[in-house]
Amino acid sequence: MNLHEYQAKELLKKYNVPVQEGIPVDTPEKAEEAYKQLKVQTGNNFAVVKAQIHAGGRGKGKIMGTEQRGVAVGKSAEEIKTIAGNIIGGTLVTLQTGPAGKLVSKILVAQDVYYPGPNPTKEFYLSILLDRTKGENVIMYSTEGGMNIEDVAHDTPEKIFKEWVHPGGGLQGFQARKIAFNLGLSGEAFKNCVKFVTNLYNAYVGLDCAMLEINPLFKTSNDKIIAVDCKMNLDDNALMRHADLEALRDISEEDPTEVEAHKYNLNFVKLDGNVGCMVNGAGLAMATMDMIKLSGGEPANFLDVGGTANAQTVEAGFKIILKDPNVKAILINIFGGIVRCDRVAQGVIDAYNKMGNIHVPIIVRLQGTNAEEAKKLIDESGLEVQSAILLSEAAALVKKAVA
Amino acid sequence: MSVLVNKNSKIIVQGFTGTEGTFHATQMIEYGTNVVGGVTPGKGGQTHLDKPVFNTVADAVKETGADVSIIFVPPAFAADAIMEATDAGIKLVVCITEGIPVQDMVRVKNYLLGKPTRLVGPNCPGVITAEECKVGIMPGFIFKKGKIGIVSKSGTLTYEAADQVAKAGLGISTAIGIGGDPIIGTTTKEALELFMNDPETVGVVMIGEIGGGMEAEAARWYKENGNKPVVGFIAGQTAPPGRRMGHAGAIVGGADDTAAAKMKIMTECGIHVVASPADIGVTMAKVMGK
Repeated sequence: MNLHEYQAKELLKKYNVPVQEGIPVDTPEKAEEAYKQLKVQTGNNFAVVKAQIHAGGRGKGKIMGTEQRGVAVGKSAEEIKTIAGNIIGGTLVTLQTGPAGKLVSKILVAQDVYYPGPNPTKEFYLSILLDRTKGENVIMYSTEGGMNIEDVAHDTPEKIFKEWVHPGGGLQGFQARKIAFNLGLSGEAFKNCVKFVTNLYNAYVGLDCAMLEINPLFKTSNDKIIAVDCKMNLDDNALMRHADLEALRDISEEDPTEVEAHKYNLNFVKLDGNVGCMVNGAGLAMATMDMIKLSGGEPANFLDVGGTANAQTVEAGFKIILKDPNVKAILINIFGGIVRCDRVAQGVIDAYNKMGNIHVPIIVRLQGTNAEEAKKLIDESGLEVQSAILLSEAAALVKKAVA
Repeated sequence: MSVLVNKNSKIIVQGFTGTEGTFHATQMIEYGTNVVGGVTPGKGGQTHLDKPVFNTVADAVKETGADVSIIFVPPAFAADAIMEATDAGIKLVVCITEGIPVQDMVRVKNYLLGKPTRLVGPNCPGVITAEECKVGIMPGFIFKKGKIGIVSKSGTLTYEAADQVAKAGLGISTAIGIGGDPIIGTTTKEALELFMNDPETVGVVMIGEIGGGMEAEAARWYKENGNKPVVGFIAGQTAPPGRRMGHAGAIVGGADDTAAAKMKIMTECGIHVVASPADIGVTMAKVMGK
């Protein structure tokens, strides 16, 4: 589950991780108020307006149909109000959102971190994630902050450092110091960085993050180390022990069809193709998508109905797939093991009859327990449904349907 | 022979008296698996499915001599259950549970280091040695006895492969569902190695999916050490990058863990890679000269 920048920063503060201060708001008027409040706190005339969407590249992205950037600096209450008015309610298009962009309903009015001081400022990069191969968490960091880290990795791999954390012992002091030294810090900034990294790692583990990225990690002119931006992704499997975090889910950021599928306990991912599919098991579902492509179609979705493919789940699956006007055919592929194929077949027939208005060809492939009985049920139902037992037969039927 | 489990294996069920545990233990017993008891903390001393229930895995091992455990406990407690079985000296732990937090598995993986216990899973269908011993949730009748091994990240795709292999006139020695999570016990390479060392297995079906580097690792090992043919399939050729496809580990994170990249490495290492999942059985038959 992805969080917004403002939500992630609130959580980090609970772990004593210093962040760029800010106030989330949803109207230009509130933005103006937030600016005034920040000005009192910081004594600085400058402030930054940051669009809150689940995608990166906001600073370079523009609000659709305008020249307004998704992150912009203002130096008066009026200016902040104008910028906020330009952004809120607009659609922000960035490299990561795709051409459709994302609707902005909230902004963060944040402190300007480039305030004057005795020392130069500096931007770094730091993230914590799981190294699947080693089975350990790894802290990845670089002196090249504020840039796209994939580009840094590609162009100057020697500027990316990694520190693996022992799963039993946790992050050690010498490791945090090594990170601060490698970032070229000394004095107060060094001490602040060691604290920052230690607390950030505690937040990563304590919140069950799947990924935590601070870019830029910022050294201010008075040697504070703060998180200016934060991308936080939580482990969905761990939400059961974080009810408070589940409440931070912003469903307006998710595909509405996927949200609906989630309600029926269906695992659904929307794709751009023309053949819908409904399958039991994630691996077989992906394999079925691949087979659709090899048969000349393009998969319209990923849909895993799980272990219980009954009339209700099949009906919910039909409804969700048919919301997509691009769907020209639907392939149901169930390998019945514990669940009997004849029951699934009856479920398909019942769901089909209940829906009544399915105008695309349906191909049902049932294999496993009672596959022959299931095929007979489908063939004798009088419905516009084609049946198959072998996967190769199903592939041939898909080929015919999309030809 | 076969690998990991056979008719002499003594199996206990952790989470024995729960709904899932009861249902699948019943199926396992019907298949002929030697289930010797189960563990449900607080229900020790009771009898369930005509087998003794113990409070701890250590008690169960002491009383029954069990060497294999299968875990059906809920995700919040599954990591603990794996470590308990390891501590009790169980040789093979098969964890069926889906949805274990990844940081829990980081701890488990570390706990297992240097210990003689092998973990299969989590989030897997289990292990079956055809017509001998089923330690899992797979439909047993599909697995006709034969000499082809299967290693797979996916449940239903394992059944699909076993069925195709049987229809092609071959059968299964052992099938190992290793699971689709980012951190798992037994890797593709380790399972492949077991099959290469098993005299009763003459060919292997290796099924992977997008995400991670296990298939590439297995392929490179096979290139140096392989001694019998392998047919490979990677699910997720059409999966969009950055999206999780059902399994927690099935997500394309970079250029190296796409289906295309994995298929290329596997082909270069001498594995017979099929593009369509419908071709697994026929290709194995061809490779075996049938």
